[in-house]
Amino acid sequence: MDVISMKGITKIFGSVVANKDIDFEVKFGEIHALLGENGAGKSTLVNMLSGIYIPDSGSIFIRGKEFKLTSPRTAIDVGIGMIHQHYKLVEIMTALENIMLGQKGQGFLHANTARKRIEELSERFQLGVVLDKKVYDMSVGEKQTLEILKVLYRGADILILDEPTAVLTPQETEKLFLVMNRMKDEGCAVIFISHKMNEVLRISDRLTVLRKGENVNTLETKDTNTRELAELMVGHPVSLAINRAEAVKGKVLLAVKNLTCVNEEKVQVLKGLNFTIRGGEILGVAGVAGSGQKELCEAIAGLYPVKKGEIIFGEEKLVGLSPREIITKGISMSFVPEDRLGMGLVASMDIVDNMILKDYHKQKGFLINRKPAADKAVKIIKKLDISTPGIHHPIKELSGGNIQKVLLGRELEAHPKLLITAYPVRGLDINVSYKIYDLINEEKKKGEAILFVGEDLDVLIELSDRIMVLCHGEIMGIVEAAKTTKEELGLLMAGETQQDMEGMRRD
Amino acid sequence: MIRIVKRANMPKTKSAGIRLLAVLLALLTSAVLIILALSLNPLDVYIALFKGAFGSAYRIREVVENATVLTIASLGIAIAFKMQFWNIGGEGQICMGAFFASFLALNFPELPKLLLLTLMVLAGMLGGGLWAFIPAYLRAKWKTNETIITLMMNYIALKWLTYLQYGPWKDPSALGFPKIANFSDNAILPEVFGVHIGWIFALILVVLVNIFLNHSKKGYEIAVLGESENTALYAGINIKRTIITAIFISGALCGLTGMIQASAVNNTLSVEISKGIGFTAIITTWLGFLKPGFILVVSTLFAALVQGGSFIQTAVGIPQAVAELLQGLILFFVLGCEFFIRYKIVLGKPFLSDRRGIKE
Repeated sequence: MDVISMKGITKIFGSVVANKDIDFEVKFGEIHALLGENGAGKSTLVNMLSGIYIPDSGSIFIRGKEFKLTSPRTAIDVGIGMIHQHYKLVEIMTALENIMLGQKGQGFLHANTARKRIEELSERFQLGVVLDKKVYDMSVGEKQTLEILKVLYRGADILILDEPTAVLTPQETEKLFLVMNRMKDEGCAVIFISHKMNEVLRISDRLTVLRKGENVNTLETKDTNTRELAELMVGHPVSLAINRAEAVKGKVLLAVKNLTCVNEEKVQVLKGLNFTIRGGEILGVAGVAGSGQKELCEAIAGLYPVKKGEIIFGEEKLVGLSPREIITKGISMSFVPEDRLGMGLVASMDIVDNMILKDYHKQKGFLINRKPAADKAVKIIKKLDISTPGIHHPIKELSGGNIQKVLLGRELEAHPKLLITAYPVRGLDINVSYKIYDLINEEKKKGEAILFVGEDLDVLIELSDRIMVLCHGEIMGIVEAAKTTKEELGLLMAGETQQDMEGMRRD
Repeated sequence: MIRIVKRANMPKTKSAGIRLLAVLLALLTSAVLIILALSLNPLDVYIALFKGAFGSAYRIREVVENATVLTIASLGIAIAFKMQFWNIGGEGQICMGAFFASFLALNFPELPKLLLLTLMVLAGMLGGGLWAFIPAYLRAKWKTNETIITLMMNYIALKWLTYLQYGPWKDPSALGFPKIANFSDNAILPEVFGVHIGWIFALILVVLVNIFLNHSKKGYEIAVLGESENTALYAGINIKRTIITAIFISGALCGLTGMIQASAVNNTLSVEISKGIGFTAIITTWLGFLKPGFILVVSTLFAALVQGGSFIQTAVGIPQAVAELLQGLILFFVLGCEFFIRYKIVLGKPFLSDRRGIKE
């Protein structure tokens, strides 16, 4: 029996049943995708396989033998290695040093013997890791490959990849898929977690869909399609089309000229950006995470110091104004960071108190009247289907997706003239994501200018009018969404300029 | 195998029950200690403790008097803590409030009573507020660590009072004894129902601070800023001004405490003016969850415990350390029980073959 099987796994956090009596089976020599919306219990399930969580009940068998995985160490001892979303590497060390860190041994590092074994592995799996390169010199893709090599070196033949493509360009994703196929051919079991259905359909042999902590179904990938998977994930049929709203383009509402910002280390994070957005237009922003998206949003909102250049809104210059003056002019900025909370919300406060965050100061007098905010809270809960015990419940106790809906609801409800929204659907389930796209389109129809920072290229192409691609704080190109392709965006994201590409075409 | 598991939200009645249980356990533990170490009947000790706090009109007055200053100082500390500004400088602010008020009392003893007292209240609040302004300004301007600075400024204030008491303000008519002259009658707060009027101040302030923290714009800004400076910035809150305003008010309330101590309790200024209230207030503020109503209750219980504790020394003939031990144990148990309100301990093996944990 060449399988890893989890039987009757249940895990409860407080009153939340994260995994309920799940049976899950992966064969050696296959790529098995684990699919599900946020909060479906994917991470909980694999964290029990990698020894981070301990199941409340259930058993884990590898090749027919039962194992009790009580720590990451016991998991790696039986050959289970996990590649987390956030890499666990020491930046100032080389690839080789990172691999050898934390190894049990005799107290001495036998670098030469280790190097030989690592080189063999790198060769066998065609990873192409340069062992003497320092981690800080590596691209995101290289770091990920290094993480894979690290767990292979520790003897893993069961690999878990937790949303590995979220931070990669399309080209880097291709390379990862080659490596995954290679691991499969070598007889490893590969568990691939993702909510991008097209990737799952391309790379996996079988897939398991989780919904609300339960195993809904395990299918052969070749027998299924996007529509069926979406339905399994959500529980009812869903429409997967974004209706690109046709809106009358107004006059230029926002003009950014030669915008340059430096961070605390005096490194330029935005390098002379030039672009405009019209009323009734959605300008999409694509780029690998950390290409200057956050700084751009914050600079417009008055939260990030501007070194040089101008930001003109209508007729007025924004640089130098306070964040409150900028809010009052009708600019709303919502940035959804990885931890969902970020700077837009106050975690320990309830929904009502979060509603008034940006407009409480408009009330007259010394005291705050919370009645209008309470009405607004009720309205948003209904509109975006936020699940909460009530409007007076601290938002930190809601799930990440619901917290995010509170933020988006407030920002959309403010009906600004310029809506800046970064990663608004990050980790939201499909249904709500599409509802958010519709709401953004509605705002567009009203003639608002929208700056939409996204990570899913398919969505960017469908939703935006134009797409601006950032790489290392520079604009690599601004393309018409209707005429571009994912490949073109991918090359721009990786740092090829539009001129480079035209040059290539001519050759 | 023992595991710690996070609890789901607990109903308020249950968490209140756990806290009550903690107090009972503290009493039980100290009962064992009293029997073992002193061979006394713990029940006698507790009855004496209660009698010491509430046994006569005089004792009740004492408790109210102590609860008054503790409550006002705790309200001040609560405003700072709500902003997560760790004001450990209550002592110093009490001293400086007392100093400012005393300056008026000693230099203008013949002013009409109402005018003089009003000015002294304002001066006391100004003194405490200014003393707190210094660390607040440093924090707002250069992000200095307020914990250390407020703490250090306690000693500066205390040494300043020592200098005054042994130097320029020493009462020449005290025959060389280092004390500052007593205030004139006009500089002493009047009594209502046998206790100085400060207790009415305290009750009014409980209401005002509650409104300020929970229903005012400034209170909202303080809470947002306490949670995250980035969020405050995002919301357009003026961070520097909010820090300085909030901490000035915090210090002003501690300063008022100092004024009441000097005017009504000691009738003069001395180095013993603060009696550790600034530090005790930190404990009562925490135990009162930064909520004015709870702070009033906790401060009163605390004052009763101290009062009862000093009584049992003479009544039952046990060392003061025992009373302090009892206070310590109650604190230990009450603070410790917060852990059990948030987490539970599960015994047994994590891998169960049965499936009892599943909620259907």
